[in-house]
Amino acid sequence: MELHEFSLRELRQGLCNRDFSSVELTTVLLKRISALNPALNAFVTVTESDALAAAATADARRAAGEDGPLLGIPMAHKDIFCTAGVRTTCGSRMLEHFVAPYNATVVERLTAEGMVMLGKLNMDEFAMGSSNETSYFGPVRNPWHTGMVPGGSSGGSAAAVAAGLVPVATGTDTGGSIRQPAALCGITGIKPTYGRVSRYGMIAFASSLDQGGPMARNAEDCALLLNVMAAHDPRDSTSHPAAASDFLRGLERPLQGLRVGVPEEFFGVGLDPEVAAAVQAGIAELARQGAAVQSIRLPNNPHAVSTYYVLAPAEASSNLARFDGVRYTHRAPNPADLTELYQQSRYEGFGAEVRRRILVGTYVLSAGYYDAYYRKAQQVRSLIREDFRRAFAEVDVIVGPTTPTPAFPLGAKNADPVAMYLADIYTIAVNLAGIPALSVPCGFTAAGLPVGMQLMGDYFADDLLLNVAHRYQQETQWHRAHPSVHAREA
Amino acid sequence: MNMDWEVVIGLEVHAQLNTITKIFCGCPTAFGAEPNLHTCPVCLAMPGALPVLNGAAVDKAIALGLAIGAELNRHSIFARKNYFYPDLPKGYQISQYELPVVGKGALTVQLPDGGEKVVGVTRAHLEEDAGKSLHEAFIGQSGIDLNRAGTPLLEIVSEPDMRSSVEAVAYLKKLHTLVRYLDICDGNMQEGSFRCDANVSLRRSGAPYGTRAEIKNLNSFRFLEKAIEYEIVRQRDILESGGRIVQETRLYDANRDETRSMRGKEEANDYRYFPDPDLLPLVLDESRVERVRETLPELPDARRIRFMRQYALPAYDAGVLTAGRTLADYYEQVAVGVDGKLAANWVMGDLLGALNKAGVELEDCPVSAGKLRLLVQRIEDQTISGKIAKDIFDELFHRGGEVDAIIDSRGLRQITDVAAIAAMVDAIVTAHPQQAADFRAGKDKLLGFFVGQVMKASQGKANPDQVNAILLEHLQKG
Repeated sequence: MELHEFSLRELRQGLCNRDFSSVELTTVLLKRISALNPALNAFVTVTESDALAAAATADARRAAGEDGPLLGIPMAHKDIFCTAGVRTTCGSRMLEHFVAPYNATVVERLTAEGMVMLGKLNMDEFAMGSSNETSYFGPVRNPWHTGMVPGGSSGGSAAAVAAGLVPVATGTDTGGSIRQPAALCGITGIKPTYGRVSRYGMIAFASSLDQGGPMARNAEDCALLLNVMAAHDPRDSTSHPAAASDFLRGLERPLQGLRVGVPEEFFGVGLDPEVAAAVQAGIAELARQGAAVQSIRLPNNPHAVSTYYVLAPAEASSNLARFDGVRYTHRAPNPADLTELYQQSRYEGFGAEVRRRILVGTYVLSAGYYDAYYRKAQQVRSLIREDFRRAFAEVDVIVGPTTPTPAFPLGAKNADPVAMYLADIYTIAVNLAGIPALSVPCGFTAAGLPVGMQLMGDYFADDLLLNVAHRYQQETQWHRAHPSVHAREA
Repeated sequence: MNMDWEVVIGLEVHAQLNTITKIFCGCPTAFGAEPNLHTCPVCLAMPGALPVLNGAAVDKAIALGLAIGAELNRHSIFARKNYFYPDLPKGYQISQYELPVVGKGALTVQLPDGGEKVVGVTRAHLEEDAGKSLHEAFIGQSGIDLNRAGTPLLEIVSEPDMRSSVEAVAYLKKLHTLVRYLDICDGNMQEGSFRCDANVSLRRSGAPYGTRAEIKNLNSFRFLEKAIEYEIVRQRDILESGGRIVQETRLYDANRDETRSMRGKEEANDYRYFPDPDLLPLVLDESRVERVRETLPELPDARRIRFMRQYALPAYDAGVLTAGRTLADYYEQVAVGVDGKLAANWVMGDLLGALNKAGVELEDCPVSAGKLRLLVQRIEDQTISGKIAKDIFDELFHRGGEVDAIIDSRGLRQITDVAAIAAMVDAIVTAHPQQAADFRAGKDKLLGFFVGQVMKASQGKANPDQVNAILLEHLQKG
């Protein structure tokens, strides 16, 4: 096995044994990035010299007797997390040259553990997209098939981890943006319970839905990262006082007696048969390990997508108002007056999908439409939450497909926003409820594209999801498959 | 004004809360710093920055709610008011909309004619102030100063209960007194820490409310009065010539003493309010409300009534002395152990007069309450006369010093020695035999002449009451 395929545990072992230093490891991965990124476009910014300096610092700390599960381990951040001194673009022309004077809490915490940031990862513009095609910096390509999308919005993170450019990365998930690209790229990613991971310094798309989380090649690596990412942050009012936990502690618990619910609504029209088969096989493996599988109903799940596409744009229309051409954003040259400054700067700075969602969001909050759209959507959101509450009275985890289809070709859904929105049909309800959910690789299609299985849990059952995924990965090999990416495809 | 028209007025007051830091970040609220010095990622609305509510601002809102007997909403919501403006860095203002922290309450207002009126308060809600646009210093451009962005405001909305500019001014003054008593706002109207918008409409007596105009940013009691008076005439002229009032926002121009249309209803922003997902609902538990209740000072109404009883003051005096907390505190320090009304006369007359003339605030008064009390005591114990006391006060105010030291060094001690006064009286009466004879013949008025002569001879130091008594005795005895 090669260094770029190592798990976090193996990397730590190697660093402890002095098999390799953090500088050597970092150098290997930087070379790999420089060779493969032209084909994948996963990185927007590579911070080579900062990374080597951070690796040298980590090596010095280790030489001084320090140790830690993340000390000297390379990683990369989705370009939605603000990094002091390194530009943070959010995939947008609007922030093409924006350099934050502060670190996001997540960045601060992982840096303090001695992690080595290799750069910033491509994403759908302002996290709005399911294919990574809305990025101002061009689409990311799926390492398993570069003609295919990696999913989105954390497409750069998923592709970088899958291709072995970094062992782990951060992502954010507003309607499936960690889980859907994790599924399409064959990696493991968890959207934690809302309030687990601080949103401070994480550029907001839809504040009541956004949640940061780890993306890695297995559940244990996710747990190691989440151990540091999850913490109460007084700078984020929605951060939960009990956010911190040890996600490794229960990782090995056997699945004997685990109550698994399979929602009928997740296996209806629109589900690709190959995806269905792989997920059914995954559920069978859980049953083989002693889980009790039963069918459940989530009757309001079919309303999740339309509810989401009222609430998320509403919040986004307001969250993105600060990008106005006045301070740190793109500014149109020579506007005639204030109105033109706003109009031109925002027209030029935002891409089509972002503009579409701002328009929708502005509309649903407008006088005379608020009750029909925004308020109604909030009511449906309560019903969706209630669905899960009822379900979790009977089962411990809910299992189904992460996405209706495997990765689709670049450009395939660009002409039809609604078709694109349906890529998140199974992931969105989780964000509306605020519960945790995770995607694990559970097979491949005949064309060699990965399939993801989604595990959903009750509030603060993040540890249980990681436990189930970990036990599943002890008995399956899907997560050990690595794509072969070739530099020639640049 | 034509008696058939009734004016209906409601006020929206913005009181800047005097917290040390801003409402959603740790930046100082201090006024007058270099532009953009008091800013951070949160109040600059940098990407990813999040608001965290300042509990001190909440406590100050609770204090106001308790002081006006209002319902405190145990669960209130922060909402976003969305509009674009360069000095509004987030593109929205965090405010409260559907559920404010303070609900219905009322304020009892004293009117100049001695009457009282109860004015309903609809609600009071917390919100953040915007920054400032600076147009003067930049040619063809505008500068933005965000020092003020995020300063906490309490918007206090009245019911349309006022029926004249006099009532509106009385309400605003009462609220001004109250916020300073509660120490929630410094009340500085020039700097804009206490400003008001007035909703004014006319109707025929008993008819439903007419269409209103909203007059923005009135930053003095006088401007409020003049703007309302102007608006009454403007609306009456329109209505009486058969026209209709347009619902609009108007601006008062103090230089021209008129209101001008700013924007009509159709140009009004659609603010697209919705609950701010970055902030949890504000929950007030009973213990927090009780904690604030325990810190409440004695409120102006209670203090006014106590002053009337404890110091035997007329209602007018008690009203003047309790209009400000500092003044009332000062008075109470002066009134210790001395006659309350005498102390009130000194505070309201000589002291306020001197301060006013010198343009000095009470906080910076050169004569401490202790010194003024001693001065009053020296009048009461007859060390000096009231007239001499005025001279001493003048010296204390302009040159400083100690009361007794001035009395001694300038030899101002009052003469109360009966023998000494009798000797002076004797000398004066002897020197004016004609006047003495006339007095005895019935010209009572001449007593004043003799008193004046004796006082003059004593350089004002003889005790006037004693002079009177001894003179009478002497003259009558003949």
